[in-house]
Amino acid sequence: MTLLLEETVPGGGHTSLIVKRGQSLRITDLRGGANVSAMMVNASEKSERLNLPDSLKCQHTAKLTAGHCLYSDMGRVLAAIVADTCGWHDSIGGVSNAEEVFDRYGAGRYQELRNAFHRNGTDNLLVEMSKWGLGVPDLLMTLNFFSRVDVTADGALAFSPGNSKAGDYIELYAPMNTLVVLTAIQHPLDPHPEYSPKPVKLELRESHPEVAEFCRTACEENVRGFINTERFFL
Amino acid sequence: MTSTLTVSDKHPERAIYRETLAAGEPWLHEVKAGQTLRIVDLEGNQAVDTLFYSLLNPRERFDPQRTLRRQQSLYLTSGSVLYSNLGNPMLTIVADTCGRHDTLGGACAQESNTVRYALDKRYMHSCRDNFLRACAHDGRLAKRDIGANVNFFMNVPVTAEGGLTFEDGISAPGKYVELRAEMDVIVLISNCPQLNNPCNAYNPTPAELMIWN
Repeated sequence: MTLLLEETVPGGGHTSLIVKRGQSLRITDLRGGANVSAMMVNASEKSERLNLPDSLKCQHTAKLTAGHCLYSDMGRVLAAIVADTCGWHDSIGGVSNAEEVFDRYGAGRYQELRNAFHRNGTDNLLVEMSKWGLGVPDLLMTLNFFSRVDVTADGALAFSPGNSKAGDYIELYAPMNTLVVLTAIQHPLDPHPEYSPKPVKLELRESHPEVAEFCRTACEENVRGFINTERFFL
Repeated sequence: MTSTLTVSDKHPERAIYRETLAAGEPWLHEVKAGQTLRIVDLEGNQAVDTLFYSLLNPRERFDPQRTLRRQQSLYLTSGSVLYSNLGNPMLTIVADTCGRHDTLGGACAQESNTVRYALDKRYMHSCRDNFLRACAHDGRLAKRDIGANVNFFMNVPVTAEGGLTFEDGISAPGKYVELRAEMDVIVLISNCPQLNNPCNAYNPTPAELMIWN
């Protein structure tokens, strides 16, 4: 699979790219303990956005891992998780805003810290989304790659430290042209007391539908989701 | 937070608004800060799909992920504060005789129905159709504003393995939830018309809505 782009996103950094139909994006946790918060939309019809509730209920899952598809609100597959060495990616925690980051880590202004200043996932995603004409209404429920939040029988949430090790990666195959907006920022439920977001590596490759075949056939729902996706290109 | 059943001391005859919402219908209504909204599951295990917006700035809306992580718990019940995407408290659940309400299942839509059930289910009525119809007529809201909703009276637990299950309801005829508005809000409801899911026994039923000052 031809490597098209390789880039390291520093901890706290944010970026966005279109993963074209037939390409794949691998995100690698370089040092362990990374978290990547992400939103996705259909690059050619940006009113069509990642819908986590639909993704979860269509596949009867709350965690996300290899074999799962990420659905838009139009019943199409924005991305299929074709590889995952870490086993659990979170759909519950969302992204912190400036107030939550201040409450957890204290003040961390650019004035004193320069580019190590305390960023937050909400503003990072909003800034990146704004470059594509997207705004506050488009910041829906977000994914948190590399993080795990357990739910007890009575509903209590528990962040699971150490879910992702150095070198763990997740690979997303795009069956449609998908705009991925992401930031490498700490998970809002990560109890680590210091602001220390970890870097990740992005690798964009030419790929092939065969790599997503096990996702397509993982359940009848995904078979139909891929049919819906193909119909967008008729 | 464990679910706790909290009974209201409010009397229906003193409500300033009282209406029965038939199954499959939308409802868009303003609730002012300090007012209390009660949603009654009249016949039991009916999903009442609900969205909340700031009246002052409708771009500000209910944020399920912030709400869940602030309370460190997956389910909504008495004491739950519903937060907005801008970090502000929108409403507080002040009474709840059901005990658990879902925030992960979202709303049904023509498109998700094609994925979940069959391609030819596209033409069945759905919550998103209700939301879009109410938004289109109201004018202040549009598709862009439709985020993840609350499913009042639905029981959607997450298993220890990370599975998501649609369990038999824990609601019953006459169970209700009551929310006090902490800001002026627009409440957008679809009284769910889903006919393909056993969680409502394949039988959508009416809900009652009451508002007190």
